[in-house]
Amino acid sequence: MIDTPQKERHTLSIIVDNEAGVLARVIGLFAGRGYNIEHLTVAPVDIAGHESRITVVTIGTPKIIEQIKAQLDRLVPIHRVGDLTDEGPSVERELALIKVSGDKEQRLEALRVAEAFRAKRVDSTANSFVFEVTGKTEKIKAFIELMDDLGLVEVVRTGVAALHRGKKIL
Amino acid sequence: MSSKAKSGAAILIKSLEDLGVEVIFGYPGGAVLPIYDELHNHKKIKHILVRHEQAAVHAAEGYARSTGKPGVVLVTSGPGATNAVTGLTDAMLDSIPLVCLSGQVPVQLIGTDAFQEADTVGITRHCTKHNYLIKKADDISKVIHEAFHVATTGRPGPVVVDIPKDVQIFESEKLHKGPIVHRSYRPASKGDDDAIKQAVELLATAKKPIFYTGGGVINSGPKASKLLRKLVQLTGAPITSTLMGLGAYPASDPLYLGMLGMHGTYEANHAMHDCDVMVCIGARFDDRITGRIDAFSPNSKKIHVDIDRSSINKIIHVDVPVVGDVAHVLEVFLKMWKKGRHKLDAPALAQWWDEINHRKTRNCLAYKKNDDVIMPQYAVERLQTLTKGKDVYFTTEVGQHQMWAAQYLEFEEPNRWMTSGGLGTMGYGFPAALGAQVAHPKALVIDVAGEASIQMNIQELSTVMQYNLPVKIFIMNNEYMGMVRQWQELNHEGRYSNSYTASLPDFVKLAESYGATGFMVDHPDALDATITKMIETPGPVIVDCRVEKLANCFPMIPSGAAHNEMILPDEEELKEFEGGAALV
Repeated sequence: MIDTPQKERHTLSIIVDNEAGVLARVIGLFAGRGYNIEHLTVAPVDIAGHESRITVVTIGTPKIIEQIKAQLDRLVPIHRVGDLTDEGPSVERELALIKVSGDKEQRLEALRVAEAFRAKRVDSTANSFVFEVTGKTEKIKAFIELMDDLGLVEVVRTGVAALHRGKKIL
Repeated sequence: MSSKAKSGAAILIKSLEDLGVEVIFGYPGGAVLPIYDELHNHKKIKHILVRHEQAAVHAAEGYARSTGKPGVVLVTSGPGATNAVTGLTDAMLDSIPLVCLSGQVPVQLIGTDAFQEADTVGITRHCTKHNYLIKKADDISKVIHEAFHVATTGRPGPVVVDIPKDVQIFESEKLHKGPIVHRSYRPASKGDDDAIKQAVELLATAKKPIFYTGGGVINSGPKASKLLRKLVQLTGAPITSTLMGLGAYPASDPLYLGMLGMHGTYEANHAMHDCDVMVCIGARFDDRITGRIDAFSPNSKKIHVDIDRSSINKIIHVDVPVVGDVAHVLEVFLKMWKKGRHKLDAPALAQWWDEINHRKTRNCLAYKKNDDVIMPQYAVERLQTLTKGKDVYFTTEVGQHQMWAAQYLEFEEPNRWMTSGGLGTMGYGFPAALGAQVAHPKALVIDVAGEASIQMNIQELSTVMQYNLPVKIFIMNNEYMGMVRQWQELNHEGRYSNSYTASLPDFVKLAESYGATGFMVDHPDALDATITKMIETPGPVIVDCRVEKLANCFPMIPSGAAHNEMILPDEEELKEFEGGAALV
């Protein structure tokens, strides 16, 4: 009867009508009911721009995750809610831009680490770089941690984008 | 524009007409003047001018709850809309179908902190099922039709449509015809046959079954109540109801155990605790019902029929969920039950009834009789007796009087009982009675009130006088916010902080000042005559019924306690449960 304390991380994909206020409805639901948002990504995904796909990474007990999905499902402008964590294998990617600023030795080391992570150098000045790195959240996190000692000054991340593997679609 | 073009306001009113709207409860203001201009001397739609927008929404709730039709509200921008918020939240929690039209500042002024501007769509996002801001006159008709569709289908609820003033003036030719085909909204309706089959098979194994039914049965319509009666009587199992569900099953039936929950009957709560199969229909395991979650009906398998998937497993884990409309699910359930020639185990059921009947002898609604002071329970009993068989609708405010009304009034039919269950809104009952009276002009409509709650929307006396709505207000006056006082006695060692109402008005003179009738009664011997006078006097009547000041409402499951840990009326000592003071 009592919630198992084990919390799980779930990636939810939500297809919504691209109308004014729809993001506020989704975020408001999470805030109002005390659910977690770890990552949030949203953009229109069809050519006409009528539908948007929201990807939310959330953490909760299985019971709470079920509630989140049911609550999202009853919002009027929501077409579909999928749980990529539950519904078989999926690919997850995140993009981050990372600015480092430093002197010679640090710069060289930063370039070496960036290469190891297949990060692209998208901006260079005499005393700074901006790297673009994509990958799973853990990879981004590891890259940022390594850069922390190499003059890291600014980070921006897109949040997670995710799709089912194979032919399966939401 | 061609000659067929009409103003947005005219299109709005035409759309309401097409949707069969007969009554609007509202209050005018700057941002809705074009709509009011269209309503001026309108032949088909009657506008009821309330005295506060909160009351407009509660009136629409009373109208909706007593008819099964959606209620319609019209308010202006800014304060008009914010005053409606309490009513909208009330309708949201009790799943009442409403459409609330609000004026908004002209489109170009939105976001500039214009006069009487409020972000109505933002503010009401959390207290509505859905809301809209219309930016083009061309969209009005379709959005209005859609709003009614959303409000009335699936799990019903309030919908706000915010209409800027310039959009009300702009012209358009677009009038929506035909059904709504929504891009994304797909409410559940039919339950899954396999799930219903599982439910049938589970119930058939029961030795100690119970039906636990709620407001969803009433929302589903009169057919659902009829089917429920058939099913329960076919099985011979006991049935209990939530506060919101009263009337879905006739109170006089021997299978009915009365209300369950915090102030429910001893037999109903114990049967919930001891049952082996629970059939929950259109109820949502609210905290007033379950008491302590980890001690809730520990040995039962549970079936849950609900139109809203998010109600399933929200509070209590259930074994067989059935997502669908109650009437449909019950229809299929009955067919399968009959086709499978299922029958409950008769000896087991007889033994189960023995246990229940033994608990009934505890007579949990008994109270100490008093020859000199009117006991509040006695007052409600007399109201019940003296209105029995009449075409009567009851509403209540919130507090002790509400629970006494729920315990001692007996409802034989659905849609006869209107109360604020989920939100617990003081000030609900009088405007809700007003709305019910508009829908049923010839019926007897009684608001069972407390002297504190009634003052929260007392201004509506003016409205009932203006429209000659003969609402009867029966105030059980104990000079306290009685339920607050009872909880202070229970959890705060009797420190009655701010729960005594000093400087009460003379309710008789108050009634008279509006041109209504007022009676005061303070002795049991005069009670029957006063109630009879109240019923027989034409027009609105207030009865100031002075009752025992310190009476407590029993039986009671204190917060934090389990169903089998009830306090009964003759157990003088109030027990505090661990952590009770922190609970609500």
